[in-house]
Amino acid sequence: MTKAKRNRLIYNIVTYALVIAAFILLQSMIANKSISRSLKGQLVPICSWIVMAVSLNLVIGISGELSLGHAGFMSIGAYTGAVVSGWLLNSFAVESTLLRLVLAILAGGIMAGVMGALIGIPVLRLRGDYLAIVTLAFGEIIRSLVNVLYIGVQDGHLCFSFLNRNMPEGVTMLVDGAKGAVKIKPISTFAVGFVLILITLTVVLNLVNSRAGRAIKATRDNRIAAESMGVPVTKYKMMAFVTAAALAGMAGALYGLNSSTVVPTQFTFNQSINVLVFVVLGGLGNVLGSVISATLLTVLPEVLRAFSDYRMLVYAVVLILVMIFTNNPLIRSFADRLIAPLKQLLRGKKQGGDEA
Amino acid sequence: MIFLDNLINGLSLGSIYAIIALGYTMVYGIAKMLNFAHGDVIMVGAYIAFCGLQYWGLPPVIAILAAMAVCTVLGVTIEGLAYRPLRQAASLAVLITAIGMSYLLQNIALMIWGANPKFFPPTFINSTTFKLGQLNISSATVITILANIVIMVGLTLFTAKTKMGKAMRCVSEDRGAAELMGINVNRTISVTFAIGSALAAIAGVLLCSSYPTLQPTTGSMPGIKAFTAAVFGGIGSIPGAMLGGVLLGVIEIFGKAYISTELGDAIVFAVLIVVLLVKPSGLLGKPVREKV
Repeated sequence: MTKAKRNRLIYNIVTYALVIAAFILLQSMIANKSISRSLKGQLVPICSWIVMAVSLNLVIGISGELSLGHAGFMSIGAYTGAVVSGWLLNSFAVESTLLRLVLAILAGGIMAGVMGALIGIPVLRLRGDYLAIVTLAFGEIIRSLVNVLYIGVQDGHLCFSFLNRNMPEGVTMLVDGAKGAVKIKPISTFAVGFVLILITLTVVLNLVNSRAGRAIKATRDNRIAAESMGVPVTKYKMMAFVTAAALAGMAGALYGLNSSTVVPTQFTFNQSINVLVFVVLGGLGNVLGSVISATLLTVLPEVLRAFSDYRMLVYAVVLILVMIFTNNPLIRSFADRLIAPLKQLLRGKKQGGDEA
Repeated sequence: MIFLDNLINGLSLGSIYAIIALGYTMVYGIAKMLNFAHGDVIMVGAYIAFCGLQYWGLPPVIAILAAMAVCTVLGVTIEGLAYRPLRQAASLAVLITAIGMSYLLQNIALMIWGANPKFFPPTFINSTTFKLGQLNISSATVITILANIVIMVGLTLFTAKTKMGKAMRCVSEDRGAAELMGINVNRTISVTFAIGSALAAIAGVLLCSSYPTLQPTTGSMPGIKAFTAAVFGGIGSIPGAMLGGVLLGVIEIFGKAYISTELGDAIVFAVLIVVLLVKPSGLLGKPVREKV
């Protein structure tokens, strides 16, 4: 086994082990009832934000394209999930919440993946900031469209209506325009969220370390060089983009089915930015970093609730300071000099151990 | 008549977008960064003008000048404190910092002025209505369009004729070479931020003269739209920002009037996507050739 391969294996094992350990710890805390109410309510959202962050990292960190519309895919997933779950309950009398949840998440993923493919084909021709602006525009379009979307269910049929609320009498509304997806039965569970995280990690880590993943990274590092080596750039960029979109859709379905309503204003540009912040603070291309930062930054505003009015202010200041401290060459070299003796110490010990 | 009415409204809204877009496009052209906090500088400018008019009883012109002064200082400070340390960093890091700055400004405004919307007092800008046949044109519309033209001409002359303008063009073309030729790059970027922020203050006052509710998030949506306008016209190009802004405003108003009120934003962004797909560098942008 080469050294790089071994490092990768260790990294993957650490990632899985941390997530599984956190899950077991939290489950036992739930069993002991030693977990605070607000944190318990946050568990499923944390799962979906982790999936969102890891999937966006696939686009930004691994494939090197800046996407500012990731919340759009999440909203597609959330709406699809809500409709599918409501439809299954209403028309097919599927009582099993687990079955409904799994089918809803799958449907959300497929729908978002299809949309990702439709958008990706034209959009991935653009580069850099232009790609960013088009994904931003796309997110806003999705938000405007679901604002005027009406879906109802009656006698096993879905009724769709756009712009105007033309619905037959006695229909059960599933999606009601600006009111969003209404009367959702909350069926998301932490266990399913955990499984979704594991699936996401498996998909992303395996993709990254596969032949396709190497092609994607080659495209990111130097598009022209990759192209001239015969890498089909568009195909691999599409692969990353569509996978990320599908995962975001699944996260959206999980998130949507955790509450009783989903409104279009939950998935604005700001939400896409939040996920972007998770990714950047966790480290571009670093999957474990995304998992940790998504968790911490979802919990942090809740912890800061004591400051209530100041928490977003603190959040903003922390964000700016972290960016400056990690990216300014002067401060960085200063920090490196501080850390260097420590590193030396550690290395010295290790070598000493080897000799003994 | 309704058509003309909509056209004039569109031109007026588009002029506001154009003035904001100028700030985006100049900063992008020279500092190569997307200044997401620009929309919030507009909001701050509008609040300062509001305070001047409502609480301090300043005459409108002085209030606007005060807003411009505060925004200029704010823009230069933001650049110096947050963006300058990241001059060599990856563009994504700068982008996130700008986003953090945008949150920061919104939350400071929230603390100072509260979440309740304020009503922007009427000034000379929107005091009268001109009657032109059956058309009723608000003076705010006329002043907005005129201001846009004046700013546009002024900026074009500034970049073409003055020494500072020349320095700006040099820095935007090749920062390294400009530095070697003895151009003070940091000062040039500061001046760019100063001009962009002063324009943002004007845009804030004009925006609130036409749409008088003012709250801490007032700047974000016009900011995003103006940014798309800048990209639409070709980011980095001053006439492009003007053209993009005006077109975007007209498209938005027509979309709202003839297709659907709720879908106005969706139509704007859909047009943007189509334009970028046909001409990826925007309407007036120059395609960048890749060197291997």
